[in-house]
Amino acid sequence: MLTPARLRQLWVCLALGVLAAVVTGPGGDSAHPFRALRRSVVDPRIGIFIGLAVGLWVLLIAVARLRPLLAEVTAAARARRPVAAALGGPHATTGLNAVLLAAAIVAPLLVSTAAQQSMVNDIGIYALLALGLNVVVGYAGLLDLGYIAFFAIGAYVTAYFSSSSAMPWHAPFVINPFFVFPIALLIAALAGVILGAPTLRLRGDYLAIVTLGFGEIIQLLANNSDEVTNGSRGVFGVPHLSVDLPGIHYRWGIDPLPYYYLLLGIVVVVMIAFGRLERSRIGRAWAAIREDEIAAEATGVPTLRMKLLAFAIGASVSGFAGVLLATKQFFNPQSFSLQSSFLVVAIVIFGGMGSRLGAVTGAVVLQGLAFYLRDKVPPTDRYIYFGAVIVVMMIFRPQGLVPSRRRRREIELAGTTAGASDQLGAAPIGRTIT
Amino acid sequence: MGFADQFWQLTVDGLMVGSLYAVIALGYTLVYGVLQLINFAHSEVFMLGAFGGLFAARGLLPGGATPSGPASVGLVAAGLAVGAACGAAAAFILERVAYRPLRRRSAPRLAYLISAIGASLFAVNLAGKEFGRQNVPVPDLFTNGTLFHVFGAQVSTQTVVVLGAAVVMLVLLDRLVARTRLGQGIRAVAQDADTAVLMGVNVERVIILTFVIGGLLAGAGGFLYAMTFNASYNMGFVPGVKAFTAAVLGGIGNVRGAMLGGILLGLVESYGGYVFQASYKDVIAFLVLVGILMVRPSGLLGVRLGRAA
Amino acid sequence: MLLELADVEVSYGAIPALRGVRLEVAEGEIVTLLGANGAGKTTTLRSISGLLRPRRGEIYLDGRPLSSIPAHTLVGLGVSHVPEGRRVFAGMTVRENLLMGAYHDRRHVREGTERVFTLFPRLAERASQLGGTLSGGEQQMLAIGRALMSRPRLMLLDEPSMGLAPRIIQTIFEVIVEINRAGVAVLLVEQNAVQALRIAHRGYVLENGQVALTGSGADLLADDRVRQAYLGEDIPTG
Repeated sequence: MLTPARLRQLWVCLALGVLAAVVTGPGGDSAHPFRALRRSVVDPRIGIFIGLAVGLWVLLIAVARLRPLLAEVTAAARARRPVAAALGGPHATTGLNAVLLAAAIVAPLLVSTAAQQSMVNDIGIYALLALGLNVVVGYAGLLDLGYIAFFAIGAYVTAYFSSSSAMPWHAPFVINPFFVFPIALLIAALAGVILGAPTLRLRGDYLAIVTLGFGEIIQLLANNSDEVTNGSRGVFGVPHLSVDLPGIHYRWGIDPLPYYYLLLGIVVVVMIAFGRLERSRIGRAWAAIREDEIAAEATGVPTLRMKLLAFAIGASVSGFAGVLLATKQFFNPQSFSLQSSFLVVAIVIFGGMGSRLGAVTGAVVLQGLAFYLRDKVPPTDRYIYFGAVIVVMMIFRPQGLVPSRRRRREIELAGTTAGASDQLGAAPIGRTIT
Repeated sequence: MGFADQFWQLTVDGLMVGSLYAVIALGYTLVYGVLQLINFAHSEVFMLGAFGGLFAARGLLPGGATPSGPASVGLVAAGLAVGAACGAAAAFILERVAYRPLRRRSAPRLAYLISAIGASLFAVNLAGKEFGRQNVPVPDLFTNGTLFHVFGAQVSTQTVVVLGAAVVMLVLLDRLVARTRLGQGIRAVAQDADTAVLMGVNVERVIILTFVIGGLLAGAGGFLYAMTFNASYNMGFVPGVKAFTAAVLGGIGNVRGAMLGGILLGLVESYGGYVFQASYKDVIAFLVLVGILMVRPSGLLGVRLGRAA
Repeated sequence: MLLELADVEVSYGAIPALRGVRLEVAEGEIVTLLGANGAGKTTTLRSISGLLRPRRGEIYLDGRPLSSIPAHTLVGLGVSHVPEGRRVFAGMTVRENLLMGAYHDRRHVREGTERVFTLFPRLAERASQLGGTLSGGEQQMLAIGRALMSRPRLMLLDEPSMGLAPRIIQTIFEVIVEINRAGVAVLLVEQNAVQALRIAHRGYVLENGQVALTGSGADLLADDRVRQAYLGEDIPTG
């Protein structure tokens, strides 16, 4: 019964248990480097983790035992599925969407103000960012690690145009933040094109590093140019959004709820628009590029232009979100750190690359996790959990929580054929010649 | 003082930093060679090695005065050894946890990169939690001072230690790849993994050993870097990106290219930091990276691992 | 029996490539495996080498099942594989490539290298040239020489004549016969059916992942179906 493989599994489980004990244990400092470690492990608490580890091991064995049975059940379910599909079909999807939308409308009314704030700043804005990045990563298969830079551009553009006091550097006139939306959108898209035009010829991981560098440069510039952006002190006092039309006067304010519903509306509109985009000629061109760029090029897809378009669309959404961030009154270069970029990537991956609902779900789950952890662990420690979640996700469910149908198929294919299914799977530069 | 007066001093400084970039860059280049992927978490291997080396050296340091003579040599050697060991252990675990399970499922390459980002976030922040988020004080392991002059440039003990250790590591690694059976296996896997299997190369073993070698170098390099500059939980990122730049500059996958790239980048940064402003050093490195990728993405020496030793 | 494939099935995902292949190679034989593109010839060789794993069926070497044996240890059991497209290590010199052939066992490097250089004097002249700079014929010689370095009992050759000039093909086939005379069994995959069948003791014809025909080299060479399908000859019907 206790085969070496099983024993090894037990060791792995125990190691994970100890690791979990360390991660959740007390923090330390460099003067006593191993005190925190010791306190995490030499503590009655460790018993819980050892217990959990053994439990996990037993569970793994049980699942392995039950697998034949499970396979039968799922096979039976699969056999029944065509019937279910015929019954539910598109109506089921519409119904599900309606339920989700209703839940999104009602949810903020049931929670505390702090949670409402988080639903705006952390979930709403990041859902929007993730939807934009999803176009770049999910549709076109390009990994952009400097995505947050466009968010910064959007925010600083807003401060420039809509306030004469927020930053030392400002426009000679002041306009309503609502009119900044199109400007920020265009400028961010333009920045995307300027960055993308020379770098999109590169493939895969090179692109990731270049965009990472770009993100860093933008943050460095924002942080160091005191006389332009206020530097690390940040930008304060961009006016709230307001509508001043004949008959309608409305001002968004401190209350998070109106912001929430505004964001919800924007997110829904963006989701619908991107859904159409995905199914359009352009969407198919992106899918072709992602699956096999050379083949796409050969069949007449203007690959560079299409990638540039994806980059620009993603950037404009990010810039758009930046306007919203700015009108929340305060931001500083910290909001555009590398970690934020990674967070957006994590949301997209976690939710499911190429899936719009996935992007939003990812934002809700990961940021929800962050909100849940906010009193329990220091904010910086959250990234330990994020990191772990990302790795676990990549190991066990690389297609994400709510995978897009197309992506799931691609991942299945990647597992079985020699061909790389991802744009990043294409041969890197210089190695194509054998 | 003008640039011409400072030229030799800047060269000496640039060489020192550059040799460190070269040592770290080798880890990127070796892993890229065998797996064709950027080991994004390599910077954390570097950081953990630095911490291990520092803590070991501090633990062994007799309290009070700065040691000298054989005691200094022993402490530096101990720091290097423990740093290398910690780096190797970190790289080993990284490969087993973040890469190997994906390889078994033949995941798309994007998944590896993302898994590595996850591992990197995890390691950085766990280190921050365990060892604090302030700079880690670095003990003096020897009395630093000017040892001798070259063309009027001061060469400090520090420079000699760092440059000496780095050069020894670079030479050893070069010999290892060119001469040993393992090196031969690494080169074979880099060039054609399937055919390497047909020759009897155990690819999984080569992969894990490649990570371990990269980890040894990065760990020892991390210790040297920490002694020279500073140490903190997030110390890995900037030198990591720069070492990656160095690897690309020389031609990623090419061992000697990584060495050349590291040295060149160190020099460019040193000169550039003087001509412009020291705080823009990082920007210069990024610009160099973007520039090379656009002009000559295969790097100065091309991309083949261990081409014609 | 040196090598035996018993009802081997291999698939790429849902797409079957081999559907129950039975094949045998005895000590000292040259056996050729013919078939159209996509019939499963290369797949067969790659499964013997362990680069692909059969979904069903078993491959035996000296009666020993190979399914649980890691691919990289196969060379130690006396099997060496000259892959399709030669696959010499382009960034290594000729000498280093040969050294790779002796990777699993370094004891006989010197004699092995000498033997290869006598067999292919061209390689001796180019000993310190990079593999990638050799001509196609020289690369094929190097690939075969590299495979000989491990002192195999069974050599798997995947289309050694592909893309080569007729005169060089002649040389390669002569060398194959010579290697075989020295006691190495050969499993030869070829498109060049006539020449392969002339040197082979026996042959198999694969069609859609199954053995469609088998017989001695001479019989197959005389078989109308083989002549029609693989030699491009028009056989008057009726």
